[in-house]
Amino acid sequence: MAALCAALAARRKGARVWLVDAAPPILRGGNTRHARNMRVAHDGPSALVPDAYSVAAFAADLRRADPAADPALVETLAADSVDLPRWLAGQGVAFQPRADGMIPYSRRTVFLLGGGTAMVNALYRTAMALGVRVRHDTRVEAVTPEGRVTLRRGEARSTVAAHAVVVATGGFQANRRWLAEAFGPDAVGFVNRGTPHADGALLRALLEAGAAPVGEAAHAHIVAVDARSPADDGGIVTRADGMPWGLVLDRDGRPVDDGAHETGSARYSAWGRLVAGCPGALAHVILDAAGVARLGRRVYPPETMPDTDTLARALALDPGALAATLDRAGPAGGPPWHVIPIRPGITFTGLGVRVDAEGRVRDGAGETMPGLFAAGMIMAPGVLGGRYLSGTALTISAVFGRRAGEAAARHAFA
Amino acid sequence: MPSPDDPLFEEARRQMTVCVVCKFCNGYCDVFRAADERPALTDGDLMYLANLCHHCRTCWYACQYRPPHTLAVALPAVLTRVRTRSWRRCVGFGPPGGPALLALVATLLVPVLALLLVPAEVLFAAHSGPGAFHAVIPRGPMVWGAALAVLAPVGLVAVAMARFWRMIGGGSPRAVWRALPDTLRAILALRNLRGGGPGCNDRDDRVSSGRRHAHHLVLWGFLLTLAATLAAAVAHHLVGMRAPYPWISAPVLLGTVGGVALLVGIAGMAWIKHRSDPAPDALESRPAEWTLLAVLGATAATGLALLVLRETAAMGLLLALHLGTVLAFFVTLPFGKMMHAPFRALALLRTTIEHQSSDRRHDRTTPPV
Repeated sequence: MAALCAALAARRKGARVWLVDAAPPILRGGNTRHARNMRVAHDGPSALVPDAYSVAAFAADLRRADPAADPALVETLAADSVDLPRWLAGQGVAFQPRADGMIPYSRRTVFLLGGGTAMVNALYRTAMALGVRVRHDTRVEAVTPEGRVTLRRGEARSTVAAHAVVVATGGFQANRRWLAEAFGPDAVGFVNRGTPHADGALLRALLEAGAAPVGEAAHAHIVAVDARSPADDGGIVTRADGMPWGLVLDRDGRPVDDGAHETGSARYSAWGRLVAGCPGALAHVILDAAGVARLGRRVYPPETMPDTDTLARALALDPGALAATLDRAGPAGGPPWHVIPIRPGITFTGLGVRVDAEGRVRDGAGETMPGLFAAGMIMAPGVLGGRYLSGTALTISAVFGRRAGEAAARHAFA
Repeated sequence: MPSPDDPLFEEARRQMTVCVVCKFCNGYCDVFRAADERPALTDGDLMYLANLCHHCRTCWYACQYRPPHTLAVALPAVLTRVRTRSWRRCVGFGPPGGPALLALVATLLVPVLALLLVPAEVLFAAHSGPGAFHAVIPRGPMVWGAALAVLAPVGLVAVAMARFWRMIGGGSPRAVWRALPDTLRAILALRNLRGGGPGCNDRDDRVSSGRRHAHHLVLWGFLLTLAATLAAAVAHHLVGMRAPYPWISAPVLLGTVGGVALLVGIAGMAWIKHRSDPAPDALESRPAEWTLLAVLGATAATGLALLVLRETAAMGLLLALHLGTVLAFFVTLPFGKMMHAPFRALALLRTTIEHQSSDRRHDRTTPPV
């Protein structure tokens, strides 16, 4: 999304633009394929969003989410979000009107008609119609501040001399080795909810080249997902539920307790952090029949165990100890028991590069690195510090993608 | 009754479950709203949803789970399969060789009979004035043939519709009456082919209103030709006029405008189908789709040709050919793609009823301000 917005903005400023993506066409758009709504400030109700959400209120929410956020980025993000629906509509993006009665009430976010993949399709179509040249299945191996970019497609390497480069490769949530460095060895059991191409290679390269780091590698947005999810790219439907009204047991049969007893939407990330702390990054939600009914329809239905002994065998636990735990803390209506295995599902990581409001990458001394820009989740830790504020990732990607693209075009022509 | 472990329905249920959880597409059409209200996704629910689906393919392009994703959601194809299955189940049988062969046989049957039974000097002579058509094919056989060819298939369709209506939940006469205006609007405006506003993915991932406009021409053209037939019956029985009717008369004007609209619409539909990305489609349903377009197109084309050439010696055989295409339309009616029309109308009626009753529930639970 950030790369697309940067490409569109730069192209509309007259620059010749290459959009290079490590992913194949079917996975284009990064994690935006799995997004649905974006947070925008607005003065009053419109066809897309009810009530009002002022720029000041958006900025305050951002400061609350991460008190260490860069004030310049916060102000820019909140102010520029106002124009975002209009600008995106101008690039062919369709939003879902409130009048159809199908979207949940949200005064802070606008909904994409059909979701993020539909938006990505529209942005690509516009970009290609404008003459942006798109290169898929192509990895960027190196970027120098002078704009020399080394590309690799299959076995073929080539070098491109660009006047400006916008890096929009997101975090490193698909890179299991880096996750293990940040979260410990059990991170091999993490599920990556988005694109398998978020390997953080360019993030690491920029940091090694002297870009100033921002945020924390171990501050990631993690929710509890079904352990049967695909290792990558499972998106929204793999999110697990039932933890607040069931009993959660870790791999060794010990109950996992969320001290806060979250039941609102905060429960997803609360349980993500809890299960990330469990041995082996694995836990099981045990429900009774009433708990299953409350779940509603699931992509991965719970497995039913007729009695406690069967459950103990399935979870490789001692039957006596399990029976005691269930007696003490289990749901009242079982057996039969209904079991959902859960793992941490990572959406994005919290380490990035520091940029100014135009997306220029800063070095350790606070100087900007000429010709080198970053946009999207690779610089989002400067705003969110790796924390989650619903609908904000898309807004950051679009606002700073657009700004970085325009600034890169200005730099290229200067 | 459909068996609950039918692999087609199992697969449709698996895919639709992803949609019920995801909800991203719920701004596109009635299918997703209706699925939301029927999370059990029984076989009957799936047949209902499949017939609500207008096959606009928009959800396929928007889908984050479409193949090669492991969740492999390919709704347009699987709903096409369920839809076709629902027609077959409710009709109970189908012709050997499918609708295409049946259509071809029916189309050729009347000209062949005419060649065999009508003396060549009558068939290949120019006739003019009132009663000219019946000079070639006498009124008795034409009326009785038509009655038989129309009533049997229409009866089958009516029985199938009654079965389908029961299967998807039906509705009281009161509820039906109340839902009728909205349902007619949804049908006549093709509300579900708007893709939630900007249009549908007719051919690829770009949005367009081409298919909706082409389908409008087909639908309205078809209705006009039906009106022309009714007008002809009125002219014959009440006014005492005899076909062929003059150019400036209700049957000819309605039929001409309708026939031209049909032809243009069918050309548009065929062009879009021909140029469209086949990836979202169930390709085994293509023959039935092409058959319907061909039969409707042939009916309109022969009707217009008959109008233009009715004073010439070609009239006799053209009349027989036109009647053959009309016969083909009716005999294939219960077995081909045309079944989408009555079944979709019922599904839309049902969804309007459900929508209205949920609105009423909502109204009752809204506290007074």
